[in-house]
Amino acid sequence: MGVKRLSQGGLVDRSAPLNFTWDGQRLQGLTGDSLASALLANEQWVLGRSFKYHRPRGVMSAGVEESGALLTVGEGDRKDPNVRATTQPLFDGLVASGQNAWPNVRYDVGAINSLFSPFYAAGFYYKTFMGLPPFEWGKGTWLWMQYEKLIRKAAGMGTLSRAPDPDHYDHAHLFCDVLVVGGGVAGLTAATQLAAQGVDVVLCEQDVLLGGDLLNQPNSTVQIEALTAAARDSGVRLMANTTVFGLYDHGVAGALERLPETASPAAHQVRQIFWTIRAQHTVVATGALERSYAFGNNDRPRVLTANAGRAYLNRYALRLGESVVISGNNDGIYGTAFDLAKAGADVALYDVRAKLPGQLVKDAEDAGVRVRSQSAVCNVAGHVARAVEIGTVQGDGFAIERKRACDLVLASGGWSPVIHLLAHRGAKPIWHADLCCFVVESTQEAISVCGSAAAYWQTEDCIRSAEAIVPNVLASLSGESFAGYRVGSGGHEAEMTPLYEAKVCSRKLKAFVDPQHDVSASDVRLAHREGFVSVEHLKRYTTLGMSNDGGKMGNVIGLALMADALGKDIPDVGTTRFRPPYTSVALGALSARSVGKHFRPLRRTALHDWNLRHGATMTEAGLWQRPWYFAREGETITEAYIREATTVRKTVGLCDVTSLGKIAVQGPDAAEFLNRIYINGFAKLAVGKARYGIMLRDDGFVMDDGTTWRLGEEDFFMTTTTAHAAKVMVWLEELLQLRWPELKVHVASVSDQWAGVAVAGPQSRAVLEAVLAEPDVVSDEALPFMGVVETTLKSGVQVRIARISFSGERAFEIYCGSGYAEHMMEGLWAAAEPLDGCLYGLEALGALRIEKGHVTGAELDGRVTLEDAGFAKMASTKKPYVGNVLRQRPAMQREGRPQLVGILPKDRSGKFNAGAILCKPDQISGHGEGWITAVTHSPVMGHWIGLGYITGGAEAWQQKAAVAADPLRLGNVEVEIVSPHMYDPSGEKMRG
Amino acid sequence: MIRINCPFCGPRDQVEFSYGGDGSIVYPPLDADATAWHDAVHQRENIRGLQVETWQHVYGCRQWLKVERSTVDHTIHSVRLAHDGAAMAVEAENGR
Amino acid sequence: MTRFNAWNVLKNGLLGQSGWDRQWRDPEPKSAYDVVIVGGGLHGLATAYYLAKYHQVRRIAVVEKGWIGGGNAGRNTTIVRSNYFLPGNREFYEKSLTMWEQLSHELNYNVMFSQRSHVSLFHSPGARDAVARRYNIMRLTGNDDTELWDLETLKRNIPHLNTEDARFPILGAAVQKRAGTARHDAVAWGYARAADALGVDILQNCEVQSIERDENSIQTLTTSRGAITAKKVGFAVAGNTSLLWQQAGLGQLPIESHKLQAFVTEPLKPLIDQVVVYGVGGAHFYISQSDKGGLVYGGDLDWYKSYAQRGNLHIVQDVAECATAIFPCVGRARLLRHWSGIQDMSMDGSPFICKTPLSNLYLNAGWNYGGFKATCASGWYFADLIANDRPDPVIEGHNLQRFETGAVLDERGAGADCKLHG
Repeated sequence: MGVKRLSQGGLVDRSAPLNFTWDGQRLQGLTGDSLASALLANEQWVLGRSFKYHRPRGVMSAGVEESGALLTVGEGDRKDPNVRATTQPLFDGLVASGQNAWPNVRYDVGAINSLFSPFYAAGFYYKTFMGLPPFEWGKGTWLWMQYEKLIRKAAGMGTLSRAPDPDHYDHAHLFCDVLVVGGGVAGLTAATQLAAQGVDVVLCEQDVLLGGDLLNQPNSTVQIEALTAAARDSGVRLMANTTVFGLYDHGVAGALERLPETASPAAHQVRQIFWTIRAQHTVVATGALERSYAFGNNDRPRVLTANAGRAYLNRYALRLGESVVISGNNDGIYGTAFDLAKAGADVALYDVRAKLPGQLVKDAEDAGVRVRSQSAVCNVAGHVARAVEIGTVQGDGFAIERKRACDLVLASGGWSPVIHLLAHRGAKPIWHADLCCFVVESTQEAISVCGSAAAYWQTEDCIRSAEAIVPNVLASLSGESFAGYRVGSGGHEAEMTPLYEAKVCSRKLKAFVDPQHDVSASDVRLAHREGFVSVEHLKRYTTLGMSNDGGKMGNVIGLALMADALGKDIPDVGTTRFRPPYTSVALGALSARSVGKHFRPLRRTALHDWNLRHGATMTEAGLWQRPWYFAREGETITEAYIREATTVRKTVGLCDVTSLGKIAVQGPDAAEFLNRIYINGFAKLAVGKARYGIMLRDDGFVMDDGTTWRLGEEDFFMTTTTAHAAKVMVWLEELLQLRWPELKVHVASVSDQWAGVAVAGPQSRAVLEAVLAEPDVVSDEALPFMGVVETTLKSGVQVRIARISFSGERAFEIYCGSGYAEHMMEGLWAAAEPLDGCLYGLEALGALRIEKGHVTGAELDGRVTLEDAGFAKMASTKKPYVGNVLRQRPAMQREGRPQLVGILPKDRSGKFNAGAILCKPDQISGHGEGWITAVTHSPVMGHWIGLGYITGGAEAWQQKAAVAADPLRLGNVEVEIVSPHMYDPSGEKMRG
Repeated sequence: MIRINCPFCGPRDQVEFSYGGDGSIVYPPLDADATAWHDAVHQRENIRGLQVETWQHVYGCRQWLKVERSTVDHTIHSVRLAHDGAAMAVEAENGR
Repeated sequence: MTRFNAWNVLKNGLLGQSGWDRQWRDPEPKSAYDVVIVGGGLHGLATAYYLAKYHQVRRIAVVEKGWIGGGNAGRNTTIVRSNYFLPGNREFYEKSLTMWEQLSHELNYNVMFSQRSHVSLFHSPGARDAVARRYNIMRLTGNDDTELWDLETLKRNIPHLNTEDARFPILGAAVQKRAGTARHDAVAWGYARAADALGVDILQNCEVQSIERDENSIQTLTTSRGAITAKKVGFAVAGNTSLLWQQAGLGQLPIESHKLQAFVTEPLKPLIDQVVVYGVGGAHFYISQSDKGGLVYGGDLDWYKSYAQRGNLHIVQDVAECATAIFPCVGRARLLRHWSGIQDMSMDGSPFICKTPLSNLYLNAGWNYGGFKATCASGWYFADLIANDRPDPVIEGHNLQRFETGAVLDERGAGADCKLHG
């Protein structure tokens, strides 16, 4: 009794054995084997344990529908759980192990669960585990969470490594006229004929080999080679080992290509490629999947689908049994019987039908097969099948007639066309009772279907159906509408008889519908009894179809059983929607190269490297990295930024401000345009002047701020915050293109074109004078506060300078073309360093602006009005601007809204945090009176200060104590509320 | 994935574009009354079916487009530059 | 109705599960009800239950065009949390969380609410301070279950987070410990079963085809199962709200229907114990592991308006990138299924539970991303509103007028653009 590798035939290379390991045993297979065939060749039948009952499971199929042989392949950080042995190509050195079992899949302690299976019916967990048994006493979630710990440990299947995935994946793009999905006869024929017409065709086949079901048929090599050669010769791009896992809008397909694996991949080796394919037309030639039916212990190892028995025989040269029982309801099983008998097996075939296909029966019997009609396998005996009980049709069930020893059971309940990709497009599956399957008859999109995906079962019919769609595809490509699909009529000699379950009167059999999740026929009936009669409820209540195979085998059977329970026809119960992906896809493949540091782009300013060379520690600002601080030997961040800020106030500092958004606003109506988008007037801004402006959103809340420089009558240079640069640009374009097309204005982002440095401090002018060709242009008279000048460096490099100040000191921003950034910075630094100047980063910038009461994104958080931030006086009353209407809404104008304030610790040695909540001292609870947005240790004042918002603003809190409540970190700190302008409120320093 | 046939750049993936919103909204003058602004900014017909909507080819020509698209099955029926003058110029160019 | 408890599970195990009956009836529609709730999703079912249980309303129907719980109830990532900070939202979601904690007992149905902690990563000092404001408010309004974890604590709790080569270095996390996940379908069925036991008629496959009304009120709903008159009507139809609103002749709403995808991997042995969330550099991501072992995750909207319950490929890719960015080990986990739901995105990201221009019509909508966690409180306050014809103070702000007054509830500060409130 056993498995026999035939001495000839099949698509395996007997001269190239491959070594592999299964649960520690060293075994050997052949090149061309799948992991499943290699294990079977070694008589390994028990390969897994089921989800709930830990029943032993083995190979049930030869393809993607497998729900028994799910293994872990690989070790260490290359461990892959839940791999289908049936689709895993064998390679030398492959290491496989069992999962969801202890100590191993053959002797699994968890199998004790099986004893309690009467209690583990569908949905039992909704009915208990809430409280203390038996009556669920108690409250809250504590007890459930204790149970849950055990449940979670028991659930799951394989174990994922905690280590980072060491493998590489690529994402690649393909464009074609026609994508053909499926490399069987239908797909190859359609692809070849289309390519012959000059159409650019890509064909994807999930299997490592082309040929589809021909691979499972005897002596088909010549035919496959001819078909493949024709396709290649006509120019079809053939992609084997590539699964089209989903169809998306507008002809876009997602596909996964698996590259050949080795036990120890080279460091650079790509494991898989995720393809985005854009096709004008898609041909679905995805074939059909054979399903089993529900009968007693149909999940036992040595029980497979009928065609799988044939696949292992003809493709892998494995005769899986000597004494074979085949049971089914369609013509397809005869080929399997015939081939196995020819290979020397003792074959008994039970056909549930009354009217048998005469010619097929004769051929089979001539080959030595014993054929019985109106009977079927009803039950399986043995931990691993060793006998079956045969029943004969009686009423709407079966009566057990005999028991028969065997070592292989092959079952077929019919074929289901693979309509998954069509379902992804929302196509409605139509039930064809005569074929016992769902077929898609039409979609609204440029998709055609042929072959057994359209329910043609015979090879010749598949070829003809592929030929028939060619004119339709061509018409579709030239933009014409094309006829709907033609659906096959099967092509069997004898009609099918529905067979979804072998019910035996007065016997309770454990018959599985969805084996991986242990969903049994009785679970479906329980769901019915409890009112979960719609197919979506059935699925969710029993978990039918939720397992790794996505219901490829079980869904139709489950539907049929529910229809039976309801006394309805199958289409009246509904269909389930298949969701992508068709087969599962590794997240690593989808992420491809966007991992680690490459997750998102990194934006570096033109001075990035210069900053690093000069000791910058960088910090993240959106996608940018900006200098955070420039620590000198032994300095902490706090010491560094206090020194930097102090230096700016005392002498001069340089800061890279390149990341600010910069937009060229040009044209005859540029001034009018700015006048509409800023709350304050820009129409009368003089050439050579800059102005600080604020923009509102349509809804009247503050959007962004920045300075805009008038370089000429029709030429403005707008700066935005770093965070909102892109958003403001999009906004300006929207306004100009959609709302105000009459304005003659052009906007262009020049953020990347100009590099900028803030030169701040009492000595800032001296620094500029040192670098400029004409130092006089920055004199107090020539360039007063808010003045703008375009000039050149001594080297002749053009620069533009504005005298603006974020720090509150006399300060300038100087911009040059990005290519000259380092050159400009070198000059500035050469002038600043001897003046005891410094480089400063964001932390010092923050300290300076907080002292000054200048706002940033922390204050302008999208919920703030002009009044809140203290800008109301800036708003023009002479002109309308974006947001001016809705900002007048009553709740935005009401008294007592939180307003921008400065915050000092009452005890000046105290500290507080941004994110603390400002409260009345006698009411430190609830939503408080305000919050702190930013804090710094003020170099000028020598203690901590902050900005924030509080109801009524500083005036309302004069002489009143407040508490900064920070229960998460520092607890409560008493604070004083002051004006936000804590440093040089009159602005003498920056004007002077 | 939605593919939009940009009048300047040809058919491109949706990831090159950013979605704006309902293209049928007419924004009132900046000094219109509060109700007009309230409605334009907040009230939406939220069409189930064919709607005109705005997209910007943000990683391309940066043009704002008016796209007629079904919100039920995502099919696109027409694409036009949102700026009427530019649209007419492009159409004249193409018709030449 | 057989009570759900260990005793009955044992008994039925021995009796071949024969003692269980329908979890809710399949009644014929009556011609008139006191209250008709349109929409058999979580919020509609919860509302019906609380109306029957706590407001002694007798004749209640829930009309559902398909099967109950078939919309967003089964299309979310099952996260329950209350980390909202604006007045109104804060109290509302906290009420909901408190109710979630007792929901299994309340309904006698194990909804598997597992308080596994919600861990919200931050990547910059600025982000830490912004989240600290939110979580400080939570503390001050009574939530002792909030913490700020530094990197060391975070590593200790979630060792396989990417703290080595993340593009955006992880600095720490804000944590709500009472937050977690629940079994979404069970919530729908649990409310349905409990409401049914109180006499609520749950009418499935009952689509509202037209609405007849006079100037001030709704009179009759014409459904696919006949005409139904109702003294009071509540709408709770999420993504389809605008359509129903227009059927009632009420014009436009500050709502757009957008599409949000959700994802699940093949089942794995326990890998991620908490709900882990982050948003940085334009990315937005959340992940947890279901009791069955699948990693359940999601990210941003598909960004364009849609009524199609199917998503597109670039988001599949984008969200996978977000997953591997913080958990490099999940590169080898495999995506099993992805699907999408239609979100009723509102103009400020906050919901509506309010009265309407019609005297007997009440609106429950605008749930954005947040409908699942809101279920209990949504049902609770909506039932209270319908029964007493006035909003509880907690939901007073959740009205349609707030865009006229400017009293918007914008947790994100994103402004009046629906798609930005994910």
